Amino acid sequence: MRDGFKDGFPIIMGFIPIAMAFGILCKTAEISLLESLGFSMIVFAGASQFIAVNLLIAGAGIGEIIFTTLLVNFRHFLFAASLSPKMTKDMKNTVPLIAFGLTDEIFSVASLKTKDLSKEYMITLESCAYFALAIGTAMGFILGGILPASVQLSMGIALYALFVAILVPEMKKSVKVVVLLVLSGMTNTICLYLFNIPQGWSIIIAIILVSVLGLFIKIDERELCNE
Amino acid sequence: MNRIYVLILGMMLVTYLPRLIPLVIMGNKSIPVKVEEFLSYIPYAALGALIVPGFLSAIPEHLMSSLLGILVALILGYYKGGVVFPVVGAVVASMLVINIGL
Repeated sequence: MRDGFKDGFPIIMGFIPIAMAFGILCKTAEISLLESLGFSMIVFAGASQFIAVNLLIAGAGIGEIIFTTLLVNFRHFLFAASLSPKMTKDMKNTVPLIAFGLTDEIFSVASLKTKDLSKEYMITLESCAYFALAIGTAMGFILGGILPASVQLSMGIALYALFVAILVPEMKKSVKVVVLLVLSGMTNTICLYLFNIPQGWSIIIAIILVSVLGLFIKIDERELCNE
Repeated sequence: MNRIYVLILGMMLVTYLPRLIPLVIMGNKSIPVKVEEFLSYIPYAALGALIVPGFLSAIPEHLMSSLLGILVALILGYYKGGVVFPVVGAVVASMLVINIGL
């Protein structure tokens, strides 16, 4: 549990600006405060909330947005599968709760943890993210209008900065991690722009292809440790 | 019911089920070593694809601001570690770049 708070605090700090960016976006889309909170507290999806509201602004239909969300969230099948070997046996009853909170960010932190995951750890970590997203959404919605435009815009970078910050320690440890990251970023970009594959699918293709490649890429990490 | 709430409920389902089903099916069953190795690469492959190329349009129509923001996140992540400095630093850097008008 203490571990959960230790890892949860940075998530809160990362989530508040992201959530504020979402609140601001909702206000721009003329969605009510209660509805904005609905996205953050009932869906609790992170990245795909942004995609959904942007589609709403663009005039997309409800069915279309739900289908896009499904596509974008398909990767969570892989995330949950990849996390399940690390989960401890006592989790059975809490799995429905833990599954609800498995956003990209929670998955990243939890999956890169070297220890087995306890239910207390997972629930603490997820609660931090959950309340940070809810409170941040409300803050963004209410305060958004007061903040200068440049501040509102710059919050868009927070989501990506959070991913980068989670990754850097792993990149320091292993060259293979860097290779895998570069490969999957390239694969995703090529799928998106060269083959015009929709985003949800291109991410899934990149994840599967690069994870398979990972089985065949052999890199001697000892050199790195000697530095 | 308001159509936004229909959207929220629909999105909840398609967000929750992909997270839940594998955990329920796989449980604590043991899986082959190769499969486990494959699953262990998924976080990196996923993060790579989540960041690139999406970060380039993190701040719409401000490419330089997005680029510099990520660069600051990388540098602060490398030298300072943690999540707070990189995230706050990236937001501040992006904001400065927008204000300068690059």
